[in-house]
Amino acid sequence: MLTLKDIHTFYDKIEALKGVSLTVNEGEIVTLIGTNGAGKTTTLKTISGVHKPRQGEIIFEGRRIDQLPAHEVTKLGIAQSPEGRKIFGRMSVRENLEMGAFGRNDKDQIRKDFTRVLDLFPRLNERLNQPGGTLSGGEQQMLAIGRALMSRPRVLLLDEPSMGLAPVLVDHIFAIIKEINQQGTTVLLVEQNALMALAVANRGYVIQTGVVVMEDTAKNLRENEMVQKTYLGID
Amino acid sequence: MTSGLRSAFNFGLLGGVVAWHACLVGMVESFSERRLIGETVELSYVWLVGIVLLIGYLKARNVQAPGIAVFHSIVSGATIGAALTLLALLTSVFNLRDIFPFASPRLVELLTLERGIADALGLLFPILGGAVLGAAAGGLALAPPIWRRTITVALLVTVLIGLLRDIFAAIVPRDVVSLIFTSRGLLPMGALVVFVVSGALTWLIGTFGLPGISTDASSASRSVATPWKYAYLGFGVLFLLTFPLWGKLFLSNVANFIGLYIIMALGLSLVIGFAGMLDLGFVAFFAIGAYTMAILTSPKIGTFTLTFWQALPFSMLFAFLSGVVLGLPVLRMRGDYLAIATLGFGEIIRILALSNFLKPYMGGAQGITSVARPEIAGFVISKPEPFYYIVLIGCVVAWFVAARLKHSRLGRAWMAIREDEDVAQAMGINRVETKLLAFAIGAILGGMSGAFFAGLVGSVVPKSFELLVSINVLAVIIVGGMGSLPGVLVGALVLVGLPELLREFAEYRMLVYGAVLVVMMLFRPEGLWPEAVRKRELHKDETSAPQRVTTSVTASTTPSVKD
Repeated sequence: MLTLKDIHTFYDKIEALKGVSLTVNEGEIVTLIGTNGAGKTTTLKTISGVHKPRQGEIIFEGRRIDQLPAHEVTKLGIAQSPEGRKIFGRMSVRENLEMGAFGRNDKDQIRKDFTRVLDLFPRLNERLNQPGGTLSGGEQQMLAIGRALMSRPRVLLLDEPSMGLAPVLVDHIFAIIKEINQQGTTVLLVEQNALMALAVANRGYVIQTGVVVMEDTAKNLRENEMVQKTYLGID
Repeated sequence: MTSGLRSAFNFGLLGGVVAWHACLVGMVESFSERRLIGETVELSYVWLVGIVLLIGYLKARNVQAPGIAVFHSIVSGATIGAALTLLALLTSVFNLRDIFPFASPRLVELLTLERGIADALGLLFPILGGAVLGAAAGGLALAPPIWRRTITVALLVTVLIGLLRDIFAAIVPRDVVSLIFTSRGLLPMGALVVFVVSGALTWLIGTFGLPGISTDASSASRSVATPWKYAYLGFGVLFLLTFPLWGKLFLSNVANFIGLYIIMALGLSLVIGFAGMLDLGFVAFFAIGAYTMAILTSPKIGTFTLTFWQALPFSMLFAFLSGVVLGLPVLRMRGDYLAIATLGFGEIIRILALSNFLKPYMGGAQGITSVARPEIAGFVISKPEPFYYIVLIGCVVAWFVAARLKHSRLGRAWMAIREDEDVAQAMGINRVETKLLAFAIGAILGGMSGAFFAGLVGSVVPKSFELLVSINVLAVIIVGGMGSLPGVLVGALVLVGLPELLREFAEYRMLVYGAVLVVMMLFRPEGLWPEAVRKRELHKDETSAPQRVTTSVTASTTPSVKD
């Protein structure tokens, strides 16, 4: 469904991605794990069109998207919940969700998706008219995911949804990610919390300094010695 | 000395520095003959009294216990007074006039109440006066809010009416004039009447609210009963429509300039307030609108001789195009960089107009004269009074455009761009198109204002399009309240209207202007009529207290984590 072929992305002269290739199949949860600065966020930003790759191809449903502007990529059905949540702090929760559906015109369907998001995150329902910036960290994360879902994406890109959240909330968020996936949305999940990520994912990629070093099913990665040592903290 | 007293003393020193400054730049001496009330209250003292009251008030607000608060403001006030006594002494002992021309014997007389420094009472006068005023300010700070507002408003209104005597005298019937005014200011009786009436009105409105308007204290939202809504609306419309009839030439002129600034500020509000792009060169579009009008209509240039109405769409069109031209290269810039780039653009237009190279087309430093006046049904509109209606219509159109855009799809997109450009794109917003439209639509309004300006004044010269215009428009938006449309009106009234009315202070205009801006940003950063959201943001600590209670209650049942 979504394929990256030998992607090289640069920040000026620094090569952040040195030939990343990965595939996400329809219906899967795929996770990309790695340490700080490995290139996880850059990979997502390259897919969503915020950064253009200097080399390589990104193919989404048979179509090259690597040179499309970001807003076009969104319209094709790839939505992103960015790192650090980045909700619109001055807009209300409702307005944030409405912004998520900005590229759409199908009003009836938008209303249905709105209800669906509020069903997934009942907490947001209680705070619809509150400015986004006054939500707690966990609520903001829910809002960021909900906002991404409002574009009715075929693929949902999640960047560090567990960042800065209490363990109880992390469990909750991951349970919802699984639910979203079961409702039919393909998920590409970028995480530092490898333990949680590998628990919900079907397959995983391990990225190190801009290169994919390992690729396997989530189960195999969990049992892999190197992954255990480096990312799961098991000796 | 306790830390509290030291703080009171420091407040006093601060006030003393401000008071010295006011004295040495001549704000006191120059206005010693300017009588506000009767033969005794001179404008010269108003500044100093104002400084003491303000400092005393701020100091008292700073202290918890009432008795100590008043005591501290007395100390602050007396300190300011002592600073002035010192100034009087220094001025008489040393000859400071080489450096400060206003450090004159006349200043000493004013500071010592005409007694001179030889008289102990004369020397004590500033200190005593400062202490008394400090006590008054302290009392005012402790008074219940309704009384505080009543007295402050009444004082300000009285001073303002005294200042604007000539303007009011021209408007109200002659019999009333002789009752209230002297030939230069207010009669003592008149001042009392004005004070009492304005105070009573403020008190009544503060206590009972305006008829038909219920203010819900908890949500701070206002609802207006329908019949009253129409009454207020009707009154407002009537006021605006009849303005030139009783406002006469002078006030119509002032109103026209306010109107031109309102149109410009609405345009700039789209760019800065809505889309969050700091444009410091907005005068460029004003200039382009004005020059387009002049070039297309003036026989002095002679290439085209269109009428005002034929040229108006071109003014707006060229402003629009220049908005796109400016927008394209600076799209990638953010914040400070954008500000500098636009600043440059504003200057380029003015320098082009000034250049000898383009003199045959744009008139050089002499500018272009004989710009066409608008003509309606055979009548040529060249006087400010009828022109007022054209400006008024322009304002209404600009307001309508801005208000509709604010809540449109495009308005939402601007808002998202302002908050976070990258995320906005991820929502499917076309960044290039959205930002360009903000620039270009804003530019159209700027161009319209410029075209009106050219038609109103009848000539354009490069000097009218200096950087200061950009700064003024920006200040109008900020003082009014960023992103708020009613704020633009209030801002323009205060920052354009007042300086026009107070022409006699032209020399000190920038000084006062600067001081007002600094004070505004310190005490009311959200502007005079802010957007609800922004007000909430900037006064978080005051409003978040009750919220904290609710979150701690929910925290016990559901986990909520603040990052």
